[in-house]
Amino acid sequence: MKPQAPVHRVEVHPSDRAGDPLGASVFRSARSLGIPCTSARTSRVYLFQAAFDPASLERVRSRLLTDPILEESTLGSRPARPGDRIIEVHPLPGVMDPAAQTVRDAVRELTGIEARVITGIRYDFGGLDRSNAEVLARRLLANGVIEQVHFEPWTPTEFPMAHPADQTLRHVPIIHLGDDELASLSRKGHLFLSLQEMRAIQSHFRDRGREPTDIELETLAQTWSEHCVHKTLKSTVRYREEGATLGAAINWAGRPGVTAHPDGSVTIKNLLKSTVAAATHELIAGGLDWALSVFVDNAGVIALDEHWAINVKVETHNRPSAIEPYGGAATGVGGCIRDVIGTGLGAKPIANTDVFCVASPALTELPPGVLHPRRILSRVVDGVRDYGNRMGIPTVNGAVYFDDRYVGNPLVFCGCVGLLPRNKIKGRVNPGDRIIALGGRTGRDGIHGATFSSAELTHTHADEFAHAVQIGNAIEEKRVLDAILRARDAETGCLYSGLTDCGAGGFSSAIGEMGSKIGATVHLDRAPLKYDGLRYDEIWISESQERMILAVPAANIEALRAICKEEGVEMADLGEFGTPTREIILNFNNKEVGRLSCDFLHDGIPMPTREAIWCSPSTSSTPSRGTGLQPVSSSSSSSSSQDIRQTLLTLLAHPIIASKRWIVRQYDHEVQGNTIIKPLVGPGGIGPGDATVIQPIHGSKQGIAIACGLATPVGDPVLNGDPYLMAIAAVDECVRNLVCVGADPDRIAILDNFCWPSCDKPQNMASLVRAAVGCYDAAKAYRTPFVSGKDSLNNQFRYTDPDSGRQITIEIPPTLLISGVGIVPDVSKCVTMDLKRAGGMLYLIGDQRRSESRSESSLIEHPRTARLIARLIQDRVVRSAHDCSEGGWLVALAEMLIASSAGVSNLGASLQHGDPLHDRSRNWAAEMFAELPGRYIIEVDRTHERLVEDHPELRWTLLGLVDDSGGLRLPDDSAPASARTIPVAELRRAFLGTLDW
Amino acid sequence: MSRTPRAIVIRTAGTNCDSEMVRGFSLAGAKTDLVHLDRLIAQPSILAEYDLVGFAGGFSYGDDCGAGRVKAVKIRERLIADLHAARDRGVPMIGACNGFQVLVQTGLLPGGEIQTAALASNARGRFIDEWVRVRYEPTSVCLWTAGFAEQRDENALMLPIAHGEGRFVVSSDRITHELEQQGQIVLRYQSDVNGSAGNIAGICDPTGRVFGLMPHPERFLSWQNHPYWTRLDPAERAGDTPGLRMFLNAVESVRHAPASA
Repeated sequence: MKPQAPVHRVEVHPSDRAGDPLGASVFRSARSLGIPCTSARTSRVYLFQAAFDPASLERVRSRLLTDPILEESTLGSRPARPGDRIIEVHPLPGVMDPAAQTVRDAVRELTGIEARVITGIRYDFGGLDRSNAEVLARRLLANGVIEQVHFEPWTPTEFPMAHPADQTLRHVPIIHLGDDELASLSRKGHLFLSLQEMRAIQSHFRDRGREPTDIELETLAQTWSEHCVHKTLKSTVRYREEGATLGAAINWAGRPGVTAHPDGSVTIKNLLKSTVAAATHELIAGGLDWALSVFVDNAGVIALDEHWAINVKVETHNRPSAIEPYGGAATGVGGCIRDVIGTGLGAKPIANTDVFCVASPALTELPPGVLHPRRILSRVVDGVRDYGNRMGIPTVNGAVYFDDRYVGNPLVFCGCVGLLPRNKIKGRVNPGDRIIALGGRTGRDGIHGATFSSAELTHTHADEFAHAVQIGNAIEEKRVLDAILRARDAETGCLYSGLTDCGAGGFSSAIGEMGSKIGATVHLDRAPLKYDGLRYDEIWISESQERMILAVPAANIEALRAICKEEGVEMADLGEFGTPTREIILNFNNKEVGRLSCDFLHDGIPMPTREAIWCSPSTSSTPSRGTGLQPVSSSSSSSSSQDIRQTLLTLLAHPIIASKRWIVRQYDHEVQGNTIIKPLVGPGGIGPGDATVIQPIHGSKQGIAIACGLATPVGDPVLNGDPYLMAIAAVDECVRNLVCVGADPDRIAILDNFCWPSCDKPQNMASLVRAAVGCYDAAKAYRTPFVSGKDSLNNQFRYTDPDSGRQITIEIPPTLLISGVGIVPDVSKCVTMDLKRAGGMLYLIGDQRRSESRSESSLIEHPRTARLIARLIQDRVVRSAHDCSEGGWLVALAEMLIASSAGVSNLGASLQHGDPLHDRSRNWAAEMFAELPGRYIIEVDRTHERLVEDHPELRWTLLGLVDDSGGLRLPDDSAPASARTIPVAELRRAFLGTLDW
Repeated sequence: MSRTPRAIVIRTAGTNCDSEMVRGFSLAGAKTDLVHLDRLIAQPSILAEYDLVGFAGGFSYGDDCGAGRVKAVKIRERLIADLHAARDRGVPMIGACNGFQVLVQTGLLPGGEIQTAALASNARGRFIDEWVRVRYEPTSVCLWTAGFAEQRDENALMLPIAHGEGRFVVSSDRITHELEQQGQIVLRYQSDVNGSAGNIAGICDPTGRVFGLMPHPERFLSWQNHPYWTRLDPAERAGDTPGLRMFLNAVESVRHAPASA
């Protein structure tokens, strides 16, 4: 055996001149955790296993690793200062280490020497004792799932070596198993298949007279996972209502796919197809001609103009983010970007979005096995930032929602919007095309991600599913993107006939899907591996990041290879699409290890009928750990200035409403240079804009507005909510956000992301049904087709209470994110929400009557209002516009004032009592904080007053005037002017203070 | 006789502000090519065909080991002589953000054989994207910003930044003094945004032709890039943006120069 090369260690420390901002930041964080220490210093650590001669090592140290001004470096390790304690963190073996890859390549270039590299970071803390060091390492510096911690400088004598795997073909005895054994096999093998599904597999192989191989069983588990096949949303549902039911009365007559029964219950065939998708197909059948590709590809596609199309996708990455928030969020972003790249014949990503739902950052008591919500939020932000920024895609829109029921199961939504030529929106894989893998190598990371993401989280998941967690490498993905766009736009025509990304299920899903109509023959031994030791089945289902599969005609292979070489992208030929019998045939070292018919793989899954029972929450008893924003309507019944002031300031400081500036400013939301309405608007750059606008085609007036809607409290079982109304409210909010910046309401496409607790429970299934029906009604009413969507079910956290020993399940509140993209016909007419000029008139648009706002007529009223507002904006009547959402209209107005405040600008507003034309007697102060849907605030120049007030259809209330007082003056006649004026500076402080991390 | 100048923008794995820099040169009238660094290293002679050079922003090679480090190492090892030759024949060069980080690590800025300036982590240790107010130094010899010091319109004295490592640091205080003496300080932030020495946001070499800055002029080619253009009167957002004027200054300066080699 070849002797191992020696291990070298280089430490790089910040010079005195450069200072150590990272150390300072770690020190602050340690102190905020209450851990006593007196100082923190950081160093980067590089470990090399390489046959360096002294001169080469010196070259690497001085030229590559050390900046002569900012850094000093040491071969080996620098002694700790007396009394200092060292904590050193390195990635666990096999965990993606992007910096190590870069260094390895740079070392080769600099010295010609092939080195193995491990990176790490060393912290030297003053005044830290050993037990606190362990706490600090665990809570702040390292995540044991992916990192190893040492309390001294770590220089191993050799790097870990993987050993060749045992590639013996394994069969799994299944055809003679009883039900209990089948269930046990499903659980122990991490297959997460139901008994019925296990039986279907058993019966299939009985018919074939043989046992399945392990890889066949794994392939079925991946393909049939909730994550990949959406079996709950595609199932048949028997829905009934019980007891005194809540919410809207749904009229079932005439709905697609619905059969009504005499007992009042209904059967809905393929829930998704009969609701969300049905709305789109009905709209298209009714003449809507700009939805070009819906629900069939990796992302939905809509027309931008005659040459260009936009594609859009939103994904969730909840389970990995619960266990390793940084990697989970980053790979969530990366995966969604690949979905956009892998649409049609490839799109260029032009914008990202992100929405997080987490528990309150102030939470003090946590269930066992969960990370603190503040750490989760900080780290998911880091993950989105590092991936999106490095990819060069602006992260332009998002939201954060807080509710303590997300404590063990946070939600991380990642969205991506792409641009592609209209003649490249469809790919077609042909028999004989080569199966080409591009990008990252395959490792053991992410194995069982698809099945894991379909399961409920428990407090032992962090240990059990560590291998499902991954770290991303954005630069690898950027290379792949560069190569694919060059291949797509090759002068001789697109070099491939189809592509898709490797997401959940890895090669098994990607190749399985692409070959679903024609079959594929795969040689797993040809996949480039990160290290030895992967069995054939692990190669097949690994979810290693940054990989794409292309179907490439043999004649184009060399041209593609040349592009890949120039872009530094690894490419491998794994086999061929098309088999005579439409099968997926898997080989390893020329030996067949699996063979599955496409029919059974894609259509063999049994679809049981699911039970859905809608009843009042008292009978369904969801354990509550607090709801998000406390309803404030009770406190606002008093209209005294003092009470209003206090309520307003409290609301502005509430985490759900408070400024998310610390997040937004960490994202590069302007790379590519096309972000013309930014996420933060106004002269001070602090106004929370309703939507962002991107202008992707230069020389065109058109833009794309991007926004989202989330109305979780409306459907919250704890608040006696109705998910049907929640879905409508979320669509409404998304549409209003888009309309407020200048989007055309007749050119808005939306996406659904359902995140639900377990739908094995009939109550939750019923709430899912109601939300889906709400989506159908809203999409048709607003004429906003759904073009893509995704669901994540089983979002609940189960643990054993350490005190009582009881099993506790925390279900998340049913959460429906509606994301939207709207075409802006003329970007020069875009409007922002910051108040513009003293003298402007402030109107509240929409229905102010609580009883009306959620009735059936609102489905007619609200879409109409959206079109009226859009018309006013197109006619340049509106100076600023903002939607009213959390906290009601006074909060919205306060945000408009805050947005306009900066330096010299001193805008204020004086409110007046209800206007004489409408309802003089009503004390609308009582409804200042009411959260009613369908409402907007607009600022209009006095010269345009009549255009609003004489409008035959517009429901308006004059709120008051913009002035230059620098304060918000309340209309309380009983108090002196000074007592009823809240300085904008005070509003601003409340709004900016809460999440100023 | 005027002719169409040619510009080259250098990209690598992880550069991602390249298309907007190409647009900047193109709008200013240059015929612009986007070229991978590896291709240039394989064939450095093509540099001689260009009148202008752009180092695009982004995260070259992931910014692993340090922002712009690996790209700078590759340039220092394989391309520096050709870049010196281009500089010496008067080719204007610009590096924005990551491009600026590369220029200081290759010594092309502030100019000289060894590295005397660097861009360290922001004082708060965090990436930041925002529009900041800047001031152009009246004493600057920079070709790219000629005429900028007379600018009084506060709305035009803004540029976007988006970086985690933009804190300007020099190897000794003598360097700052030299930069000031030779008119090499081009622009400063009006307030402390990242801890930079003297709030320096951008510098040039002693000839004024090689220019590096942390802000992104290529993201301000249209008034609709401005962070609050919806509040500005059409008259206030007429004319070329400061970002575009930088590219115009450079392209115009070579338009009438004799054709390059």
